[in-house]
Amino acid sequence: MLQFIFKRLLHMIPLLLGVSLLTFLLMALSPGNYFTALQQNPQISPETVARLKAQFHLDRPWYVQYVFWLGNVLSGNFGYSMAYKISATSLILARLWNTFLLSFSALIIAWGVALPLGIWAAVKKDSWVDRACSLLAFMGLSVPDVLLSLLALWFAAATGWFPVGGAESPLHDFMSSAQQFWDRVHHLILPAIVLAASDLAGIMRRMRSCLLDTLHAEYVTAARARGLGEGWVVWKHALRNAINPLLTIFGYSLAALLSGAFIVENIMAWPGLGRLTMEAFFAKDSYLVVDCVVMATALLVIGNFIADILLAWSDPRIRLK
Amino acid sequence: MNLLEIKNLKMDFGKNAGALRAIDDVSFTIGAGETVCLVGESGCGKTVTALSIGKLVPTPPAHYVGGEILLNGQDVLQMSNDQLRNIRGGVVSYVFQEPGASLNPVFRVGNQIRESLKLHRPEKANNEEIIRLLKLVGIPAPESRIRNYPFELSGGMQQRVMIAMALASEPKLLVADEPTTALDVTIQAQILELLSELKQRLGMAILLITHNLGIVGDMADRVAVMYAGQIAELAPAQELLRRPLHPYTKALMASVPKLRGDADRLSAIPGNVPRIGNFPPGCRFAPRCVIARPECSKEIPRLIEVEAGRWVRCPFWQAS
Amino acid sequence: MEPAPSISTIEAKALLSPWQLFWQRLKRRKIAMAGGGILIVLYLIALFAGFIAPYRFDDLNTDYSFHPPIWPKLQGFHFVVPRYEPGSGTFVYRLVPNDTKPLHFFVHGDNYKLFGFIPATIHLFGTGDPHHPVYLLGTDQFGRDVLSRLLYGSEISLSIGIIGILLSFTFGMIIGGISGYFSGWTDTIIMRLCELIMSIPALYLIISLRNTFPPSMSSTQVYAMIIIILSFIGWAGMARVIRGMTLSLREQQFVLAARSLGQSHLKIIVRHILPNTFSYVIVAATLSVPYYILGEVVLSFLGVGIQEPNASWGNMLTAAQNTEYLQNYPWLLAPGAAIFITVLAFNFLGDGLRDAADTKSL
Repeated sequence: MLQFIFKRLLHMIPLLLGVSLLTFLLMALSPGNYFTALQQNPQISPETVARLKAQFHLDRPWYVQYVFWLGNVLSGNFGYSMAYKISATSLILARLWNTFLLSFSALIIAWGVALPLGIWAAVKKDSWVDRACSLLAFMGLSVPDVLLSLLALWFAAATGWFPVGGAESPLHDFMSSAQQFWDRVHHLILPAIVLAASDLAGIMRRMRSCLLDTLHAEYVTAARARGLGEGWVVWKHALRNAINPLLTIFGYSLAALLSGAFIVENIMAWPGLGRLTMEAFFAKDSYLVVDCVVMATALLVIGNFIADILLAWSDPRIRLK
Repeated sequence: MNLLEIKNLKMDFGKNAGALRAIDDVSFTIGAGETVCLVGESGCGKTVTALSIGKLVPTPPAHYVGGEILLNGQDVLQMSNDQLRNIRGGVVSYVFQEPGASLNPVFRVGNQIRESLKLHRPEKANNEEIIRLLKLVGIPAPESRIRNYPFELSGGMQQRVMIAMALASEPKLLVADEPTTALDVTIQAQILELLSELKQRLGMAILLITHNLGIVGDMADRVAVMYAGQIAELAPAQELLRRPLHPYTKALMASVPKLRGDADRLSAIPGNVPRIGNFPPGCRFAPRCVIARPECSKEIPRLIEVEAGRWVRCPFWQAS
Repeated sequence: MEPAPSISTIEAKALLSPWQLFWQRLKRRKIAMAGGGILIVLYLIALFAGFIAPYRFDDLNTDYSFHPPIWPKLQGFHFVVPRYEPGSGTFVYRLVPNDTKPLHFFVHGDNYKLFGFIPATIHLFGTGDPHHPVYLLGTDQFGRDVLSRLLYGSEISLSIGIIGILLSFTFGMIIGGISGYFSGWTDTIIMRLCELIMSIPALYLIISLRNTFPPSMSSTQVYAMIIIILSFIGWAGMARVIRGMTLSLREQQFVLAARSLGQSHLKIIVRHILPNTFSYVIVAATLSVPYYILGEVVLSFLGVGIQEPNASWGNMLTAAQNTEYLQNYPWLLAPGAAIFITVLAFNFLGDGLRDAADTKSL
C-alpha cells in the first residue's frame, strides 16, 4: 500500500510540472505581456517594477522566466498581484481556501444525496422511484450551471433567506466568532447547493448502473444461495463492489465540480480561485492567471490522488497487483 | 421419503401474453445420498431448474405457474423468505460454473467461508473450522490461504473454495451447476474426483448439471436428460449409457467422442436447440429427430415409464 | 424480458444492414426520437433565424426598455396585437385600450441575409408598423426584442456545438488512432499530452487559452476563437478512448489481413480501424455537443466570448445577473430555457443512441 501511494505521488510531480509549463507557455504566447502592463501602470512605483523585474527576470525569454517562477513558487512565493497590489501568495491562498470550502461542501452534498438516491433507484428498479430519479437526473444533467446559479440568485433576492452573493457580510469583522462562523455557513449554503445540484445527476445515474451491474453478478446469486438475507446481500456484497467503479469516476466528478465552481463563483460573487482568475484576466495580471490555473489543477490532482488511494484501499485487486 | 421431489414444475419468464415457458412439466426425485445428473445442451433449462430448488430465480421476471418442489417434504415454492434462507445453504448448497465470478472479489476467502458458517453453524465460525474445510477440499497450506483474495487463487483453487463454502453449512444436497466447464481439463478431473470423494465421506446427495455426457458414467446414479424445458429421458446412469432410449439421448451419445470405436460414428445433431418462446408444436425435438413422424408435431408426448425406473418422453422409442 | 422474435423476423433481420438495424432499434425509443425531433426543429429555426425573427438583433428601441412580453390575441379569425405605452415610473408600461393592429404574416421589415448570404426583407410575422411592436418574449435593457436576439443567438450557439464537435472529434479520432496503432513513443507522448490537458479543470484551461488571444476581435474572429479553444480541450478525451479501441482492434484479423496486403499505415487506420469505432463516436459526439454549447455560453456570459451587440445565448444571460432585473423582468431568462431544452434534447437523443448502439439489446 505504501509503495502504491509513493508511486502515485511520484506520478503527480511531472503532471503538475507539465501543467505549469503549459500554462506558462500559453501566457508567454499572449499578446502584451505582464511586463509591459506593469510599466504602463502609473499606480505601481518604478521601484516595485525594478524589484519585480529582478525577482522574476522579466526581461529574459519565457523559459528562463519559467525556471525562476518555478523556483519562487516552490519556495512559496507567488509574486505580486498588480490588480490587488498585494503579495499574490496570501491572495491565492485565501481564494484557494474558499474554492476548496465551496467544492468540498458541494462534494459532500452531491455524493450524500446522489448515493442513497442511486441505491434506492437500483434496488427498486422500474418502480416510480426509479422513474422519478431518472427524470430528475435528465433534468439535472441538462440544466446549465449558469442558469442554476442565476435562479439561485433570484431565489435569494426574492425570499431574502440567503445573502445575494459574497462569502461574508460587510459586518463580518465586527462579529463574535460564533456569529462569524454562522455568517460564513449562511453564505456558503446556496452556492454549495447549486454546485452540488449540477454534479448530482451524473453520480446518481452512475451509482444506479453500478449497483444494477453488481446485483446481477454471480457472486450475488451465490451469496443468496448461501442463505444470506436480501438486505445483507445488497449492502455487503453488491454495494461493496459497486463502490469501486464509482471511485474511478470520482476524478471526473471533481473536475466537473471545479469547472462548475468557476461559474458559480463568478455569478454568485464567491471569492474563490475562479473569480480571481477572471479578475486577473481582465486586469491583464497574467502571472496571477497562471498561478490560479496551477492551483486549481493541483486541487484536482490531489483530489484524484485521494480517490486513487481510496480505490486501492477499497479494491484489493488494484492494491495487490 | 425422497430428499428432493420435483413434481410437474412449470415456470414462465414474463407474464400474460408475453409469457415464455422456460420449464415445462419437469419432475424428478433425488434420494438421500444419491447423485443425479441433469444433462442437456445449453439453454434447455437445466440451470433454471437447479436454481428453482432454492427458489433463486428472481421473480419477476420468472413466474412459477404450477407444480411443486418438495425438499424434505416441504414445498419450497410456498416458503416464506425466512424459511427460504434457512434451506439455502442449510439443506441445499450451490457450486456454480464460474468460480472467479461466484466469489466476491473484494472479500478475503476465509471471511467468505466464515459468513456461511456464521449463518448456519455459528458455534463453528472460527479459523480452525475454516482451515478444516479448506483441507477437506484439498487446498494446500490452508492456513495462509485464508487471508488471500479470490483473484490470488487459480481457477481450480477458487472452485475448491466454492465447494468448501458450500460444505460449510453441511448441506443434505449439493447442487453443482457445471462446476468444471470453466476449468482446464486436468483440473476438471480433479474437481470431479473431489466431489465423488466428498459424497462418499459426507453422505450428501449431489445434483450435478452438465452438458457433457462423458462425466455421467463416473459420477451419476441416475440421469435426467433435458431438452427445451422438458425432461426427455430419466434413467439409471449405467443403463442409459448402455442403452439410450430417447432419440435425443441417442443423438447426444453419438456426438460424444469415444477413445475406442469408429471415428466416423461421431456425429453432430442437426439444427439448434430451439430458443425459449420458439418451441415447435408437439414434440420439441421432432424437427431435429431422425425418426420423427408427422404425428410427432401434433401433440406433446407424455413422459412414460417404459421399464422399471426408465422414463421416456417419446412414444416411438422402440423404433430405431 | 422482451418477447423473443419468431424465426421469420430473425431471418428478416439478418437481411438488414447494421445501420438499418440500428435505426430500427432507435425508432422504438420514443424519448430519443422526441429529442431528435426537437433538435431538427431547433436547427431549422436557427437556419431561418433572420426570417422568423421580427426584428434585427441590434434593433434598439430605448423607449421600450424592459417591455414585458406582448401576446397577440385572437379576434375572429385574425390575431391582433395590443399596444402599450410607457407609464409613470421607470420601465412601467400601460395597455392602450382599443389600439390594436392585426398581426400579419410574411410582412416586409428590416433587411437581413437569409442563410447569411441571400438579402431579404420578408419576415414570418409582424405588425408592419415600427411604432406598434410585437415582442413575444419582451425586450431587454436596450429595448431590443428578446425573441429576435434569441433566434440570432441560436445561429451562433447551436452551430458552435456542431462545428466544434466535428473539429475536435476528427482530430481526436486521427490522433487517438495513430497513438493506439503505433504505440511506443508516439503513444506515450500523445497520451501524456492528453492527460495534461484533461488534468486542468476545463474552465481554467479555457480562460488561459482565451488569454492567448487579443482581448478585442471581430465577431467572426471571436466565433472562430471559441471553436478553436473548445476543440483544443475536447480532442483529448476522444483521443484517449479511440486509442483504447484501436489497441484492441489492431490485433484483429482484418487489420492483419490489410497489412499483409501491403496497405499503408494511414490507410489501415482511416479505412479499417476508425470505421469500427463509429458507433461509439456518434454516441459520444451527441452527448458531447452540450459541452460545446455550454462552453460558448459560459465564455460569452463572462464577457470574453461573443461581444455585444451580437447576440448569443450566453451574453444575453449576462443581463440576468443583475438580481433587480432578474426579479422584475424574468423574461430575461429565456435564453436559459433555450439552453436547457437544447441540452435536454441532446441528452435524450444521445441516451437513446447509446441504447440502440448496444447490440446486445434486440
